Amino acid sequence: MHQKNFGIRGTWIATAALSLLTTAQCFAQPVPARTAKDTAPIDISGYWVSQITQAWRLRMVTPPKGDYMGISMTDASKTIADAWDQTKDEAAGDQCKYYAAGMIMTLPERLHITWPDDNTLKMDIDAGTQTRVFHFGSWKAPAGPPTWQGNSVAEWDSRALKIPPARGGGNRAQISPPTRLTHLKVRTDNLKGAYLRKNGVPYSDRSVLTEYYDLIREDDGQQMMIVTTVLEDPIYLENPLILTAQFRKQQDAAGWDPTPCSARW
Amino acid sequence: MGSNAVLGALVSGELQMNWMTNVLNSARTLSLVAVMGVSLSTLAVPASAQIDISGSWAARNYSDPLSNNPGPETGPADYLGMPYNDAGRAWALSYSYSQISMPDRACAFYSPAYIGIGPFGLKIWNETEPRNGATVAWVIGGWEDTGVLRIWMDGRPHPSPNAIHPMSGFSTGKWEGDVLTIRTTHMRVGILRRNGAPHSDQATMLTRLMRHGDIMTMTIRIDDPLYLTEPYYLTRTFQLSSVNPIRTVGQPCTQANEGVPEGVVPHFLPGQNPFLRELENTYGIPSDAAMGGAETAFPDFRKKIKDRYKAPAKCPRVCGGPGAFPLRAG
Repeated sequence: MHQKNFGIRGTWIATAALSLLTTAQCFAQPVPARTAKDTAPIDISGYWVSQITQAWRLRMVTPPKGDYMGISMTDASKTIADAWDQTKDEAAGDQCKYYAAGMIMTLPERLHITWPDDNTLKMDIDAGTQTRVFHFGSWKAPAGPPTWQGNSVAEWDSRALKIPPARGGGNRAQISPPTRLTHLKVRTDNLKGAYLRKNGVPYSDRSVLTEYYDLIREDDGQQMMIVTTVLEDPIYLENPLILTAQFRKQQDAAGWDPTPCSARW
Repeated sequence: MGSNAVLGALVSGELQMNWMTNVLNSARTLSLVAVMGVSLSTLAVPASAQIDISGSWAARNYSDPLSNNPGPETGPADYLGMPYNDAGRAWALSYSYSQISMPDRACAFYSPAYIGIGPFGLKIWNETEPRNGATVAWVIGGWEDTGVLRIWMDGRPHPSPNAIHPMSGFSTGKWEGDVLTIRTTHMRVGILRRNGAPHSDQATMLTRLMRHGDIMTMTIRIDDPLYLTEPYYLTRTFQLSSVNPIRTVGQPCTQANEGVPEGVVPHFLPGQNPFLRELENTYGIPSDAAMGGAETAFPDFRKKIKDRYKAPAKCPRVCGGPGAFPLRAG
């Protein structure tokens, strides 16, 4: 009788001991260097298609010359934009000016995002057949001339936001664990001067682009990626240009259609 | 233990005692495991994540300058990128701007969805439980044409589907990580674009507020079983402003009679909207594209209109330029 009793009790004690042991091991094991892929709070890899429900006639088709609606441009910018000539762009081999990092996230397009290694995100874009590369960690940009896609340094903006306790001690709700921010932040520089709009509105090679990638997971399983871009240009913009773009997750590569840059369409 | 022994033990009460002891021991162990589990889960996942979104958020209407700023300039029959079904499109085409001249419709179309398409910034604050300071509701202030949006955070349920639909609808919120997700139901009929493009009173709205430092991105999803074939998404941004505080409410929407005869509702009958080809005549965009539909929002649609789009030689109207798109204070 006592043996049976001990057996039942022993099972529970063993369970508790195992739990404690497992917990202890979790804390005791040496922590390996964690990669960007390991620590990703969201997964943006896969195929995405842009969904253009706003500013359609400025984004889906090439707007007419002189249509600068919505851009806080400088006089110097207007002078250049007024002289826009597609033929000259083509002759100069500048057909990709509207497919550069500053605006490419707002184009009608599909994205294919992958991890070529544990600290690098690669974004292939079918519009203009462009590739962007986001480097995490201590990556240092190599010296070189500005490029359409520039040099991008990425981080998971997952700092803990600490909420101060309420005066007088507060309550449990206000001293809850810190919130984790769960988006990707990308900063891009070394940009070659390019276009904000396909009709020739310029941004300069002194521009810096900051982007935030957020993920939405709907109840029906559909995922949306929201990209917020902030382009700062001391030459051609009176104020930072803050834009948003939305992408719908695809299960596969359906519709993937790499096309060359075009100065006209 | 044989059956006789069991019977004997029951009689003696020994088994009962042992069973009770086992239960108590098991309970202690379970409690320990439960406490450990709770502790570990608390370490891993915030129980009640939240960030501060209070303040004056100035509108940054660059994402959709056509709709957020001049509004109707986007075109009276412009449903580009909108997933309308035939009923939604027909209702949209029946709309006449002159309805705004009616005293009883001057303020009628500004449902909570207007937060995504209007020009204004946001004043956001929280209302707290006086005994412990916990946030009971987040509140987004109103403008002259929209009501205050109160977002209940205390877990209360949405009203019955048969309940009244007030101007502000009914909203509840929850934190999903660092994102405040707001579900709004019980909306009145409103607009999704400032050219009268409608949503029905059966529409629901999911709003996400995502803060990135002093920039806040708002994503709106509209589901409308009557007029839309799929969810309609809108995004826009705001920037935290400390120098131009936004008021909690603006001037009230003032009704005025601008000459529409009593008993008349300005409208267009089917097939008689004179602006049907406005986008094509002004901007060279094929009329079938202007009528919207879910496919018009996706890149593949460009192939359908590539040979039919005729860009004007120059911008025909409302063209912007230096100084023409200043930052909004509010």
